[in-house]
Amino acid sequence: MKRLSELQVGEKAFVESIQDEFVEQQLLEMGVTPGQLIELERKSPFSDPIAVVVSNLLISIRLSDADNIIVKTQND
Amino acid sequence: MTKKNIKVALAGNPNSGKSTLFNALTGLNQSVGNYPGITVDKKLGNCTLDRSTKAQIIDLPGAYSLYSKSLDEKVTQQILCNKENKDYPDVIVIVADSSNLRKSLLFLSQIIDLKREVILALNMLDVSRNMGIVIDILQLADQLGINVVEINARKRTGIKELKDAILSVSFPKKEILDIKEIFPDIIDRANIIRENNNNYASFLSLCRHYIDNNSASKIKLEVLIKDEQFIPSRSQAKETVRRYKRIDKILHQCIGENKALIKRNFTKKIDDLLLHPILGYTCFLLVLFLIFQAIFSWSQLPMEWIDSGFSSFSSWVANTMNPGVLNDLVVNGILAGLGGIIIFIPQIAFLFAFIAFLEDTGYMARVSFIMDKILRGVGLNGRSIIPLLSGAACAVPAIMSARTISSSKERLITIFVVPLMSCSARLPVYTLIISMMIPETASWGPFNTQGLVMMGFYLLGFIAALTTAFVMKFIVKSRERGFYVMEMPSYKIPDYKTVLYTIIEKVKVFLFDAGKVIIAISIILWFLSSYAPSGKFEQIEQDYATVENSEIIIPSKKLEVSYAGIIGKTIEPVIKPLGFDWRIGISLITSFAAREVFVGTMSTIYSVGGTDNYYIKNKLKSAKNLDTGKPFFTTAVGVSLMLFYAFAMQCMTTIAVVFRETKGWKWPLIQLFYMTGLAYISSFIAYNLLS
Repeated sequence: MKRLSELQVGEKAFVESIQDEFVEQQLLEMGVTPGQLIELERKSPFSDPIAVVVSNLLISIRLSDADNIIVKTQND
Repeated sequence: MTKKNIKVALAGNPNSGKSTLFNALTGLNQSVGNYPGITVDKKLGNCTLDRSTKAQIIDLPGAYSLYSKSLDEKVTQQILCNKENKDYPDVIVIVADSSNLRKSLLFLSQIIDLKREVILALNMLDVSRNMGIVIDILQLADQLGINVVEINARKRTGIKELKDAILSVSFPKKEILDIKEIFPDIIDRANIIRENNNNYASFLSLCRHYIDNNSASKIKLEVLIKDEQFIPSRSQAKETVRRYKRIDKILHQCIGENKALIKRNFTKKIDDLLLHPILGYTCFLLVLFLIFQAIFSWSQLPMEWIDSGFSSFSSWVANTMNPGVLNDLVVNGILAGLGGIIIFIPQIAFLFAFIAFLEDTGYMARVSFIMDKILRGVGLNGRSIIPLLSGAACAVPAIMSARTISSSKERLITIFVVPLMSCSARLPVYTLIISMMIPETASWGPFNTQGLVMMGFYLLGFIAALTTAFVMKFIVKSRERGFYVMEMPSYKIPDYKTVLYTIIEKVKVFLFDAGKVIIAISIILWFLSSYAPSGKFEQIEQDYATVENSEIIIPSKKLEVSYAGIIGKTIEPVIKPLGFDWRIGISLITSFAAREVFVGTMSTIYSVGGTDNYYIKNKLKSAKNLDTGKPFFTTAVGVSLMLFYAFAMQCMTTIAVVFRETKGWKWPLIQLFYMTGLAYISSFIAYNLLS
């Protein structure tokens, strides 16, 4: 288990849970649901926010919010 | 024969092509208003469905679901769910981006479960096909139990089929998610309270997205929520996850994905450039440069046309109407005020053309992405970059564009600091004073000194805005956490019609919103400067009747004794420490409506014929200090004056817009005092250092 904020650029993982209720609803509605494949596509020039791809959708998210998203990498 | 008129609502995710479809359906037959009490734009239009039916189309703000998180989404939810809402539609059209169908189906399935007459308009199938996504439309329609129409809003195809579908719409044949299965008991009890057996509507009510106005049932529902220890946010999350599971099942049967082909390569390649640590910012600077170029150079010519056209119109009116008070009021009060507004149309049109273009291509979201970290440091948000930059043209539309910022604290700070950016109305003031103080030929290295000083003042405004934001960050308290989750849409070529309609819409809003205030103030100012305590004007006309150049000197002397002049002289002690005399005092008062009025007032007061900058410049240069007889416009006075205009809130329209956007007088008043204070102090320091 890792936090989304800990992924490397290009690394893929599966969404496990979102621990912050506030961000959760927003992300769930955009389709970031548990079990979805998520890929860290790139970081912004100052490494924050980051851009992730979930089911063909590019989403930008701040590191502080990405900290609350738990993912399962293929190694887990 | 009178036609039947039905109400149709367009809804869907942001970036689904909803507005493009709205334009395709209604053309120029549309208008923008406001929902009562709040500042969300309400877009309405009309179209003909068939020979006997017309439709009123409403373009609802984009939303991801029926759970409202912002004002915009609240509007969408209320209109779609509340039968008593006056915009409650007969038919709902959900517009979906075919390449992101999964996400669109969340919203759609909620509407289906509310048992509303709904149609799915599948947009941009060409894009999804290129991505290797094959959608079985018949199967999808069957699975959803509603009519699905393939459209291409940009190419205007499928519109006829959509209209037919609207005419023959029926209730959904299926339920997508049985909410009662997840929350069995509580839904039944809520149904009884609501005296309604629409399960999903009851669930939404339990989640405090009240869809009826019945306050008695609201209270009972609250008791039920407490009794059952029902947690709305948890239940919403649970429902969303379950809904997506159903959607994934449905999609599995309707979508064939050629995995090898699925790629976002095109967008990814452009992002490699535009989000690059160095090249990304370089590109952004180039875009900024282009926008500034448009606002300052390209709009010059149309502004001159408007100016000359409008002045010939004014003189035509002046000569046609019977001379007298009414003529004077119309020409020097109303038309002069109106001229001051419409002169900005080219700049506003260019600014919004760029914003619409950048927004439509998908670039604006990228700008937020690369600017967020930097702006967050000063209490702003990546999205603040749009209002901040727009502020360089005009604070009014800029403040309006801050609506896209979801965090209320960051939005408030953005609105607060935007008027510090040097807007185009300051330009005539800067131009006049700079051209008076610095010779046109002066240069500093390869750069023209006039241009450098001008740029310096723009920079100063920007720095003041950022510094103020930084301070505000610690002052403004916020209950909510700032957050920033944003979709970055795939790049696409913008639809020129959508850009065009945006321009028309924004210009209209500017003309009517700003226009009302400016005309009202113009009339007051006209009164103050055209009337004087009895006998004063007659006295001057007698005294100066025989003097040389009497036609130029008399208006100047009249202004001096008018009510405006009296106020100017009254405030002189206050502005004297800044190096200003009563003549500038009058200009400060008259330009309170709009900064650019300064130039016109100065030209009257220093008795200059015509408002050509060249004449004013020379007249002002020769103006004498009334006490010492030395030249009045020293460097100290010039700098002090420019600083004052850089910082002071000399704009009634901005105050009016901030009032509207923050829903109260608190913030516009704080802003007014803060900016005037900042202007006063910096002018005071500059004047005393330089003189």
